[in-house]
Amino acid sequence: MYRYDEFDQTFVRQRVAQFRDQVARRLSGDLSEEEFKPLRLMNGLYLQLHAYMLRVAIPYGTFCSRQMRQLADISRHYDRGYGHFTTRQNIQFNWVKLDEVPDILAALAEVEMHAIQTSGNCIRNVTADPFAGAAADEIEDARIWCEIIRQWSTLHPEFSFLPRKFKISVNGAIEDRAALRVHDIGLQLKQNDTGEIGFEVMVGGGQGRTPMIAKSIRSFLPKEELLSYLESILRVYNLLGRRDNKYKARIKILVHDLGAETLANMVEREWQQLREGYVNLPDSELARIACYFAPPDLEDAAETDNGLDRARRANGQFESWLEHNVNAHKQPGYAIVTISLKPEGGVPGDIDADQMEVVADLAQRFSHDELRATYQQNLVLPHVRKRDLHVVWRLLAAHGLSTANHGLISDIIACPGMDYCSLATARSIPVAQSISQRFNDLTRQKNIGDLRLNISGCINACGHHHVGHIGILGLEKNGAENYQITLGGRSDRSAAIGEIIGPAFSAEKIADAVETVIDTYLDLRQPGERFVDAYARLGRGPFKERLYATH
Amino acid sequence: MPLIKNGAITDDPWQFPAEDGPMPETGSVAVSLTQWQREKAVLLARSTPLGLLLTGNDSLDNIVPNITAYDLIAFVFPTFQDGRPYSMARLLRERYGYTGELRATGDVSRDQFLFMYRCGFDAFAVSAGNVIEDWLRAVSEISIWYQPTNDPRSALTTLRHKLHALE
Repeated sequence: MYRYDEFDQTFVRQRVAQFRDQVARRLSGDLSEEEFKPLRLMNGLYLQLHAYMLRVAIPYGTFCSRQMRQLADISRHYDRGYGHFTTRQNIQFNWVKLDEVPDILAALAEVEMHAIQTSGNCIRNVTADPFAGAAADEIEDARIWCEIIRQWSTLHPEFSFLPRKFKISVNGAIEDRAALRVHDIGLQLKQNDTGEIGFEVMVGGGQGRTPMIAKSIRSFLPKEELLSYLESILRVYNLLGRRDNKYKARIKILVHDLGAETLANMVEREWQQLREGYVNLPDSELARIACYFAPPDLEDAAETDNGLDRARRANGQFESWLEHNVNAHKQPGYAIVTISLKPEGGVPGDIDADQMEVVADLAQRFSHDELRATYQQNLVLPHVRKRDLHVVWRLLAAHGLSTANHGLISDIIACPGMDYCSLATARSIPVAQSISQRFNDLTRQKNIGDLRLNISGCINACGHHHVGHIGILGLEKNGAENYQITLGGRSDRSAAIGEIIGPAFSAEKIADAVETVIDTYLDLRQPGERFVDAYARLGRGPFKERLYATH
Repeated sequence: MPLIKNGAITDDPWQFPAEDGPMPETGSVAVSLTQWQREKAVLLARSTPLGLLLTGNDSLDNIVPNITAYDLIAFVFPTFQDGRPYSMARLLRERYGYTGELRATGDVSRDQFLFMYRCGFDAFAVSAGNVIEDWLRAVSEISIWYQPTNDPRSALTTLRHKLHALE
């Protein structure tokens, strides 16, 4: 993974000093809260319902044991002993004190981390396929390009006061595990007819109150010209994006209003001028960054089974975990392990300090010191020898981290909702907990099969409800929490926005309603048909009928 | 209103006649794009420096044809959140070769100086405070740039390249 050089290190230290000064000016009253707000947001600091919340960047979800241990320390010293992994591959601390935030940032800087641009109307922390560098279906490691984008976008002088936030995601594999099509810019690495690697560029995806699927505006961009092309898109957006209404300020609205073709032409025109004389990254710099993402030193002979099959047959729980939480690695003899942060009745994405340390140890001992945070709010050990899987599982199980539900109905994405968030209109966490408890039987979950259930506590859609196979949106109506169901959403290559199925359900009824949806699917599915495929075939009709006939 | 230029407080020689007010007989004047378009011939006939007072709503297409006529281009920031002038400043400096004064005015404070300076602004009309100390601190507290722009100081890729060449 990328390591800071002396320049990167100097930069984050200066940034900490700068924020320390800004906090001091706020505390002394030199800055009003109104003046301070954009400054703290540029450093990922929110003021929530009960306290300040600090969102720490984990660029493209890649980190190491030393960083995870520091996060554990921070959670113990400055928070309440836990952290929350988000759909942006970041981690949030929910109970920090303003005057201690500069010290937290200093502690992060010690381990080459920061909270820069995890909020605000700027280019946000770039995200990627959490299996990058390990996936069997990979074209090229997306993280090289993510790191290049991270550096380019960091305190970009032209793009720090955009009309609205701006999210870029990169995927280097065949399968889209980075939800490209619901990002402001989605970059898909691909090979063209002559064998060159480049990007398909998609623009204008997003969720929130106006969900949209991104449109492809360039089918092939030579990769060495990535930054000049991104700069052209951002410049067009910065100049033309709406600034009169924050709900219409994202680039998706510009794409919608102008039409994708018009926007593509404007970007192309700007790019033809901008690329002349643009300082592309020198080859030496590209090589320097790519070098950090060279594959780890994996063994050729790791194929040996060493009792894996015997352990699998001997233990049904281990077998289930292998089936759901272990994915194919590009190197024979290795596997990708997903650590579910969705225990039965738990808070999706939460992890306590002790567990963080366990995961750090496992990464160090069994995964070439690498960890990933996923947009599904889980963690990944990307490079585990198959023969170590059993011991990894046993150690995870000893600390409540072996839930074998990755990709199943209880692997729920949920935003913090009204338990923490000042924007929320309803709670998300208790709904996630009740559904996870309702479907606690793993055999039943396996029978239901591949399913994404996503919950947001307000229309801003941080819980990605629009792209859940089953989406739940929490709303407030006459002082009561209400939950609207959408069906058929997905964030993969065939991304789609879920359809609203009908009137909302009360907090008490929502788990029943989900169960009705599932029962309808189980009754009507064809052999081997996933929920989302069955829904595509059947449409709303049968689900609506069953949901509201008994309502 | 103090004016910072080239890192020092300077007197402001520019006059900004009101949209419908009389044009000063002598001295440097900066006008809106509407005034410019309406009184272009009269303005060009003056022997004193001319400038423009623009907002993010103005189109550079209307400015570029006469770009050598201006000694000042000032952008008004109605709010610090209006990020359009940052792009316009870079275009003026980097694409259209504008070399006159590029001034930020309106909702301008020390926490934007760095970004503005790096986009090519060289003059800042600010409301109050220890402005020079603030300015010097703001443009020097970060010394590493990841992006090459018009900023005369070297971007990081260049620094890395130099370091590499030394090794």
